[in-house]
Amino acid sequence: MLTAAILYFVIVVPGTCGEMCMSHAMKTVGEVTDFRPHAIVRVIGRAMGTPWFWFGITMMASAFFALIAMLSVAKVSFVFPATALSYAVGTLGGKLFLGERVTPQRWWGVLLVCIGVILVALGKA
Amino acid sequence: MTSSPGLHLKTVILIVIMVSVAPLGDMFLGKGMKQIGPMPDWAPSKLFDFFFRAFTSPTVWLGIGLLLAFFVAYLVVLSWADYSYVLPASSISTLVVALLARFVLHETVRPLRWAGVAIICLGVFTVGNTHPRTTEH
Repeated sequence: MLTAAILYFVIVVPGTCGEMCMSHAMKTVGEVTDFRPHAIVRVIGRAMGTPWFWFGITMMASAFFALIAMLSVAKVSFVFPATALSYAVGTLGGKLFLGERVTPQRWWGVLLVCIGVILVALGKA
Repeated sequence: MTSSPGLHLKTVILIVIMVSVAPLGDMFLGKGMKQIGPMPDWAPSKLFDFFFRAFTSPTVWLGIGLLLAFFVAYLVVLSWADYSYVLPASSISTLVVALLARFVLHETVRPLRWAGVAIICLGVFTVGNTHPRTTEH
């Protein structure tokens, strides 16, 4: 039980924190306006020069391995509905740490997505 | 709130690319790994052989390539769009997964799953009607 709780925490918290770091890294390099492959490679290369990119990759990788480990100790029907919480945590993180303006309409959309993800996972179980 | 020309359109295009290639990548990776068979045991020589077979499979590489394309599209869209916009919007991939399961893999998709997909679509539509970028950069 404790193992599952720790793994669940790693999936949700470092997972969303990693994505937020990645979002911050990409915002610091600026909006992509040139979509030619070499220009995109250059932008990603610049993002790789920021520490946020590497914090992000590390945390996203930890969450990925925790998900794999979780699947070996818990049922799929539990794991995937539980990850629905990531959408709410991520949106809250976007508001609190990235300074995004989350309108009530966006919150309603996130709530619907969370409910939908739980139903999809239960429907697959 | 800031806006550059076609911001909404290019956000939608990138999210469509993300949600199209990620499920396909997962599918090819899964198919490739199933062709290789289960991981034998932890003996180093057998593990080496297992990973060698995995990384010489064209199907596995097709899956990896598609997932890399997803990751690049994800990074590009995050260069201007809110994380709190991209995160829920990308959940529309569940619709693509359900359609692939039903029409490509010919699996039975239960009504509960379709109901979930419909609610997700409604949620994505709701989020999609907000502005993709709410911060100054």
